[in-house]
Amino acid sequence: MSTATEETTSGTEDLVGLAERVAGWAAPGEDVEVYVARGTETEVRAYDGEVESLTSATSAGIGIRVVVDHRLGFAWAGSLDESVLGEALEEARDNARFATADEHVQLAAPDGVEAVPVELWDSGLAGVATAAKVELALALEAMARGSDPRIRQVDSADYGDVSAEAALVSTTGIRSSTRKTSGYLSVGVIAGEGDGSQTGGGYSVGRGFDGLDPEQACQDAVTRAVRLLGATKGPSGRSTVVFDRRMATTLLSIVSSALSGEAVAKGRSFFAGRIGELIGHPGLTLVDDPTDPRAYGAAAYDAEGLACRRNVLVDSGVLRGFLYDTVSGSRAGVASTGSAVRGGYAGTPGPGCRALTLAPGPEGYDEDGVLAAVGEGLFVQSMTGVHSGVNPVSGDFSVGAEGLMIRDGKLAEPVREITVASTLQRMLLSLVAVGADVEWLPSIAAGQTVAIGDMQISGI
Amino acid sequence: MIDTPVLERVLAEALRNGGEFAEVFAEDRSNSSAMLDDGRVEELSSGRERGAGIRVVTGDTTGFAHTADLSERGLLRAAEAASAVARSGGGTRAVDVGRLAGSAEPVSRGDRRPPATGAKSDALELLQRADEAARDSGDAVSQVQAGFGTSRRRVLIANSDGLLAGDEQARTRFTVSCVALGDTGMQTGYETAARTLGFELFEEVSVEELARTAAAQALAKLSARPAPSGELPVVLAGGSGGILFHEACGHGLEADHIVKDASVYTGKVGQLVASPLVTLVDDGTVGSEWGTFGVDDEGRPAQRNVLIENGVLTDYLWDYLRARKEGRVSSGNGRRQSYRDLPMVRMTNTFLLPGEDDAEEIVAQTPRGVYVAKLGGGQVNTTTGDFVFGMTMAYLIEDGKITEPLRDANLIGNGPEILKRIDAVGTDFSMTPGTCGKDGQSVSVGCGQATMRLTGVTIGGTAE
Repeated sequence: MSTATEETTSGTEDLVGLAERVAGWAAPGEDVEVYVARGTETEVRAYDGEVESLTSATSAGIGIRVVVDHRLGFAWAGSLDESVLGEALEEARDNARFATADEHVQLAAPDGVEAVPVELWDSGLAGVATAAKVELALALEAMARGSDPRIRQVDSADYGDVSAEAALVSTTGIRSSTRKTSGYLSVGVIAGEGDGSQTGGGYSVGRGFDGLDPEQACQDAVTRAVRLLGATKGPSGRSTVVFDRRMATTLLSIVSSALSGEAVAKGRSFFAGRIGELIGHPGLTLVDDPTDPRAYGAAAYDAEGLACRRNVLVDSGVLRGFLYDTVSGSRAGVASTGSAVRGGYAGTPGPGCRALTLAPGPEGYDEDGVLAAVGEGLFVQSMTGVHSGVNPVSGDFSVGAEGLMIRDGKLAEPVREITVASTLQRMLLSLVAVGADVEWLPSIAAGQTVAIGDMQISGI
Repeated sequence: MIDTPVLERVLAEALRNGGEFAEVFAEDRSNSSAMLDDGRVEELSSGRERGAGIRVVTGDTTGFAHTADLSERGLLRAAEAASAVARSGGGTRAVDVGRLAGSAEPVSRGDRRPPATGAKSDALELLQRADEAARDSGDAVSQVQAGFGTSRRRVLIANSDGLLAGDEQARTRFTVSCVALGDTGMQTGYETAARTLGFELFEEVSVEELARTAAAQALAKLSARPAPSGELPVVLAGGSGGILFHEACGHGLEADHIVKDASVYTGKVGQLVASPLVTLVDDGTVGSEWGTFGVDDEGRPAQRNVLIENGVLTDYLWDYLRARKEGRVSSGNGRRQSYRDLPMVRMTNTFLLPGEDDAEEIVAQTPRGVYVAKLGGGQVNTTTGDFVFGMTMAYLIEDGKITEPLRDANLIGNGPEILKRIDAVGTDFSMTPGTCGKDGQSVSVGCGQATMRLTGVTIGGTAE
């Protein structure tokens, strides 16, 4: 076991050493940042009592940023072979020659903020035999098949785990490393009755193998599929909409893109210029806190090697701040908020959320509590077309939805093939209730039941 | 990339402990991209990766391992790992590895014009020209982002059935996205050109025109009114409207969904599943379209597959393994995102053949409805057939005329029902590029159709 303390994490010394060596090749007058990562993964898919596929793999890569005279160049390679390291640096250097000089372009430098240690590594995972993983996937599939007579197919039942390590070293004084493990079970079922079929998915996630709960994953998937059986196209009209915890993480993730300091600086956020103004219902408080170890996206360091920290973005409906990395912070005349994220070694950092959460509503306000408070409306358990029908710049929001009507404060008949629409701006102001049922789902945002008023439903 | 005798030894190793099929997929890919944003060239990026994925099939179990080490030692190690994982999941039945036949030489020509030494500055000049053209489109254009990306991908496939094949695919993409700022807030416009070509894409495509189109969308939407809510007739302009077929039936015709009985189209071959005006084709050989290639990622040459003919379902899309199990040949639709992924059944260029109606007449004969000039994407549940597709540039049709612009919204429908509601198909065919995501893997695809009308679709706007 180890903890992420001080500057580097034990077990990743060789990666830090490699990053230091490459950063040491910086020429006079240039700043170099080297990010190296490696990972191992296992994925087992069970189908019809057999293993459909089993993947076992390791991968590694490097991403290098070079800044010369305020010009940035980037290059990456999907290997840590000695032969590609120099080539990648050379290519990043060449790319920098072509960028526009910009006084704000710079690498992060230590800012004195101390990292809060978070334990994200399950040392037991490496010792779990492949046979045990296979067995768990098969058990998950069998359990889903046998859980309810109406389940006519289990179209996917997966076990997966990942161990990821990374190191970041720069000539501007950054030296950090991180490592984390994660494991998941995921199952997709098809329920059938008469001619009608409905689907549902469920999962269980953790830091490793232990604690993964096939029963929870199955129950989630089966409940979702079975309760939709007999769903019909619902009626059009205005309604209060309750988003279940999983859907609420999607809503928060969408809102988070408008809280990016880069989107604000470039005039792509409807929050631009509104700091200190009321942008939401007084019950809306939004905090991004990656130092909370329960959060799926918890981290000690951000993608530029600065300490992650708690950032209050919206307080009682009033916009308080944005998320910045070094460059977008400089553009706004503020320091980085330690919010740089990157999509692996082939991507460059930019500001983003890791652990966004809404201040919870009154105690005991779980899904049932929120439904009771709402009384009449629509409960949404799945959304489609988020990428095609939500415009985070204009705020237009329109998604396909499946769920159940809410009558007398309880779930009633199922509906499908409808859309739910509004604008993000209006949705923030129309918040009706926030659950206290915080669940950390595999996302950059927490899951909490959320009710939003005055949305347009389109159906028949 | 890898010598034939080495491939034969690696396949033998993969099957040494049993298994009935083994395959080596090797890939060498280089990417470069440049992004202009907020008036500045912010980022040039280059990347290179190469590696191989090896799968071993034993009974119904596929064992898969991949490596970035293309030396014989690295490949043998991956073969051993794939064999071990296949074994831990299933039984053993050994087969002999035949001699490889065929050629690893690329089928496609790849890039006819390799990037010259000045390629980076050429790309930057294009980005700047696009930025200028977009900003010149109107004072209300407040932000412009332009992106250039090109990739070259060399693949080699060898399997224990004796297949040996190779391909080289060059793909180039240029995108422009604009923000316009007005009294009603911000609106966006987006346009992209993407082909299976190298830098010669720009002999066919004007970046200024792309930029002006993107800017015009953002500007037009500044005065847009909320989209309607409820069911209306919809006319889809040629090109991006092809997304309708990609979602409404394309995914549902992929054999992996069919064999698991997870598609509304299971068991419907020979039946009328669409309006007789519908003849739907998936064709990986069309010119330099975005979904075009020489051989698929299992070594099967791209081909033209008719899926629906005059409304009757004729066939599904197949990959190598699922076809092998059914005793038929693959339809050339086995694709994967990279050597790190297992192949799946995927579409290539999917399009509706043109009809006989005049595009303008179709609009003129629609008293009231919505005209969708551009679709932005979609999603489908293949089991229920319910799908959505998003309109990013749309107008009202009033008295047979295209009138006011509408704000973005999704449309929702059920595949088998919507396909029967097509009552007019035009002659003005065009294709549009897209990125299709399935089970975590993205591949490039083309979509196409001519102007067509749906008698009724639910529009998910906010106007009552």
